[in-house]
Amino acid sequence: MRDKVLIGYGQGFWGDSILGPVRLVREGPLDYLALDYLAEVTMSIMQKLKGRNPQAGYATDFVAMLQRTLPDITKKGIKVIANAGGVNPQACLAAVLDLARKQGVKGLKVGIIEGDDILARIPELQKAGHALANMDDGRPLSAVQSKLLSANVYIGAFAIAECLRKGAQIVIGGRLTDPALVAGPMIHEFGWQPTDWDKLAAGTMAGHIAECGAQCTGGNYTGWREVKDFVRIGYPIIEASPDGTFVVTKHEGTGGLVNRNTVISQLLYEMGDPKRYLGPDCTADFTSAKIDEVGKDRVRLAGIKGGPATPTYKVSLSYQNGFKTTGQLTISGPDAVAKARLCADIVFGRLALDGCTFEEHEKLVELVGAGVCHAGITESANPPEVVLRLGVKCDDEDKVDRFGMEIVPLVTSGPPGVTGFAGGRPKATDIVGYWPALLDKTQVKTTVRVEVS
Amino acid sequence: MAKVKLGSFAFARSGDKGDGSNVGVFVANAKDYEVIKRELTVERVKKHFHAICKGEVTRFEAPNMFALNFLLRDSLGGGGSESLKTDAQGKTHGLALLEIEVER
Repeated sequence: MRDKVLIGYGQGFWGDSILGPVRLVREGPLDYLALDYLAEVTMSIMQKLKGRNPQAGYATDFVAMLQRTLPDITKKGIKVIANAGGVNPQACLAAVLDLARKQGVKGLKVGIIEGDDILARIPELQKAGHALANMDDGRPLSAVQSKLLSANVYIGAFAIAECLRKGAQIVIGGRLTDPALVAGPMIHEFGWQPTDWDKLAAGTMAGHIAECGAQCTGGNYTGWREVKDFVRIGYPIIEASPDGTFVVTKHEGTGGLVNRNTVISQLLYEMGDPKRYLGPDCTADFTSAKIDEVGKDRVRLAGIKGGPATPTYKVSLSYQNGFKTTGQLTISGPDAVAKARLCADIVFGRLALDGCTFEEHEKLVELVGAGVCHAGITESANPPEVVLRLGVKCDDEDKVDRFGMEIVPLVTSGPPGVTGFAGGRPKATDIVGYWPALLDKTQVKTTVRVEVS
Repeated sequence: MAKVKLGSFAFARSGDKGDGSNVGVFVANAKDYEVIKRELTVERVKKHFHAICKGEVTRFEAPNMFALNFLLRDSLGGGGSESLKTDAQGKTHGLALLEIEVER
């Protein structure tokens, strides 16, 4: 058993910079590269793509990233773990094998984890009495069942460890939890068992710290003036030990900052009750960790306590929930605020003249620059200009499009100083409703498969 | 004791939890932790975010990090893909909390 394993986290979300993984594999030692390509709405987009093309429905960014990094990854023997499979891990596997062959890489073992996608099984699960009620408000799934777009179970770290045990150098999953991408290699390397709650909690906590990439290495830190060289910000590396202690760090010579503050900032991100962080493999107590700076850009976490996981998996479902659009204009001063308010009244007034009305909760009027993000806290009564953002949402796509046609005319038929309209008329786009639910663990079986280039 | 901005000695991070916003705030030492525990009551935070948070506010404590974590329900105009708001994920709410004035 190795006494230390280096796990880098190169993508914090779908759309993160390709420089994260590219630099992690080049700029210092690394054993594992973890990458998160999914967000709550991503799965619904991928189901739509797959509906149109059976070879689509995974994160193509992952393949583009491998195109640049595969030479380093194979040369250095770095293992890669990603939830890039989306709703089509098999197609992702085929694309990666194809890329490896094109680059002349022989014998690359690529594994996939399947079983998280339960969209096709919903009727069967419903019939068997699994309600999949909305865990936030208790509504029964029947309220949206006809409009479902995707349904994925959050899979934990043991499926990843199993795939690694079968020899995969690249592990591709669908809806693997973000922290599992870090805990999986620890389980594999250190032989942790399903009842090693404290160690699994440590793995989960390490994963939570790293899962948003540079958000623990100086990104989005309210002490931002302390952070050096944002351009070359280093992505996080977890230096893991068999006993569950770990150090959060980054490659030497990279930009950014790792200290107690940047790590705690990220521990608090998307947090509910810090004493009970629920995951598929364990319950972690984030308040049990001892957090110490042990060197430049090195923060050590120890003493983490955990407990058994719940008997259910969290399921992320999405459904078509109407249409929306937003458009914007810039309104210059003098009197930017008064003129922007007038513009908003003109748009909705003209729409009403044409029989197109919206409920109050279906409308948005924002005066960006006058105090939108911190409404009621920091506002400005007389900014030199504001960006007027108008939006609507409702079930009627035509009404949303009709709204989009009434913004540009303000340039010539409203108060003076209206400009900055670019990009054409805003068009209706789908609203993807999010439906979190719980499902008995006995109903989910994951399978792993490894193929060789 | 003097009135100072929370942001002069505390750090914060925020993000979304469904249609709720999660605002974590922490300080560097036990003495300041007593300050924020005393000053940042649920009522005070709810009032501070009156134009943003339409729901209930819950507070959690993490003494090992000298941190408080607030959940601000119904703060994102529907949250995720449903929201029309500029800050649909509550990314800036941490900085908004740091604007509050406290006795230190």
